[in-house]
Amino acid sequence: MPETSRRADANPKADSTAVEVADLTVAYRDKPVLWDIDLSVPMGVLMAIVGPNGAGKTTLIRSILGLVRPTAGQVRILGKPYAKQRRLVGYVPQRGSVDWDFPTTVLDVVIMGRYGELGWIRRPGAAERRAAEEAIEKVGLTDLADRQVGQLSGGQQQRVFLARALVQDSLVYFMDEPFQGVDATTERAIIDILRTLRDEGKAVIVVHHDLQTVEEYFDWVTLLNVQRIASGPVDEVFTDSNLRAAYGGRAALFSRELAEQRERAKGGDGP
Amino acid sequence: MDGEVFTRIFTDYTLRTVALGTAALGFVSGALGSFAVLRKQALLGDATSHAALPGIAVAFLLTGSKAPLVLVLGAALAGWLGTLAIMTIVGLSRVKYDTALGMILSVFFGVGLVLLTFIQRRPDATQAGLDTYLFGQAATLLDRDVKTIAGLGAIALLAMALLWKELKLLSFDPDFGATLGFPMRGLDIILTSLIVIAIVIGLQAVGVVLMSAMVVAPAAAARQWTDKLGIMVPLAGVFGALSGVTGAVISSSATRMPTGPVIVLCVSAVAVASLLLAPNRGLFPQWLRSRRQRHAVRKEAVLSDLRALEEQHAGEAPGHSAAVLRMMAPNPAGVSPRLQELSDRGWVAKTGSDEWTITEEGLRALEAQLGSGGDER
Repeated sequence: MPETSRRADANPKADSTAVEVADLTVAYRDKPVLWDIDLSVPMGVLMAIVGPNGAGKTTLIRSILGLVRPTAGQVRILGKPYAKQRRLVGYVPQRGSVDWDFPTTVLDVVIMGRYGELGWIRRPGAAERRAAEEAIEKVGLTDLADRQVGQLSGGQQQRVFLARALVQDSLVYFMDEPFQGVDATTERAIIDILRTLRDEGKAVIVVHHDLQTVEEYFDWVTLLNVQRIASGPVDEVFTDSNLRAAYGGRAALFSRELAEQRERAKGGDGP
Repeated sequence: MDGEVFTRIFTDYTLRTVALGTAALGFVSGALGSFAVLRKQALLGDATSHAALPGIAVAFLLTGSKAPLVLVLGAALAGWLGTLAIMTIVGLSRVKYDTALGMILSVFFGVGLVLLTFIQRRPDATQAGLDTYLFGQAATLLDRDVKTIAGLGAIALLAMALLWKELKLLSFDPDFGATLGFPMRGLDIILTSLIVIAIVIGLQAVGVVLMSAMVVAPAAAARQWTDKLGIMVPLAGVFGALSGVTGAVISSSATRMPTGPVIVLCVSAVAVASLLLAPNRGLFPQWLRSRRQRHAVRKEAVLSDLRALEEQHAGEAPGHSAAVLRMMAPNPAGVSPRLQELSDRGWVAKTGSDEWTITEEGLRALEAQLGSGGDER
């Protein structure tokens, strides 16, 4: 059951660089939010961006996507500037960034993922509808497709955004806290979808705040606190010393818990 | 009002002109106002319409003409400048949105009033009627005014229809739209311009002071009845058109009242009725639903109290006094009517003057409602 991606022909080599960030600095009113970030993310990884509150996680992906104007620095997606590669990039914003009382249905919101491909003025038709229905089925919301989005639970709304990103049929995905406010079952469903995307050779970059699940869910991680603390495969980078560097004193708690987790894992009956 | 007035719409040429004009402006402002309301920019319309007044005055001073297109153009330019000024102040300074809005609204409106007074003090009589732009006078609508309203309104509606999906994206999730490559700032300016058009074509009939009600109220009313943008927008248009025609006809035939206030009363009636009565979002249906639910919960509580009494005093007496149940209930007054409802269903039975017992059927119903693990007491 191979995935029939509309972009299968455009699929780049697995060793190409999905995202390349160089010297990125962002400041709000003289206060640096991100300082001199260098980042290189290959295709085919599922990467978490973690760091304390105010570390600039959201700002990092918003500036990669051109939603925040950086003070300095360059961003390249698959070797070219972002503006030329928009169609290859999918985005899941924070759930709280829109008004869910808006008069629109689940299907309607998911179809929005095809708007970029449609371009100006052209209306979505049967093909867009089909693609949206397919994505809605993948996230398990088929029964709710005609509901107004405000009648959904938080986890369901999160899945609507995920389905909208799926119909974008992108190669590189950015997701801002897709697990925020979702129950355990939904979290499993979402992570399964993200893993499928990765296994198809795509890059999935996720702002994440739960350190407990980093090792279980992700294969790459970037630790951020205004500056880039570390970035790379989880087993190399997600270390006590890096966590302490990112979180300061607060890391003591996390690293003790992590040590316990690792002990349990060594004992053979780990998670 | 007497129904004769409304049949005269079809026979009286003047009245028909007025009705056509107000229907057109009501539809356009209602439809485009939906986007302003959904983007939480309802107040912006108020600022735009007030800011349009000096534009009307300056247009007249410069050209000496009262041609509708000239005055509308002046109004649009000033309204647009005012709106742009608000956006610029918010963008460049630390002044908050509501403060900037209040400042621009009163400054532009003040300048407009000064200019209007100056114009009216002039000796010649050509200026007569310019002051109707304050509170509106639909009876002054002429054929050429209606043509201007319909023409500009059609252009605005056409642009809205063409850019439907882009405007929906702008209103729901502008950040996502930007990542798709749509120039959201440009779309914002286009939508603002369309709303400015919707406002200025209504100024002669409705007036600068109250025109914003035509932008906000029909949209707020329409939102109550539907959860689909594709229905909300035309419905708001219909509400706007109906209120416009009703208000204009009442004001111009019967009483010679300024039209603006009468139209606003009509559109407010529609909005209030929608807020109260709309099936899903209306306050009254909501109240009914919560009352029904409250009763169901209390009924269950009475039933379960009765069962508890039964268990504690097994075999002592055939029934239990309602007075005891009242002491157990958080809302004693509700116990008797609930007992009556329960007995209608056969879930409880009366054993004395006001003594009750739970039936086999009642026990089963309680088990079913509380679920298998429902025996919390």
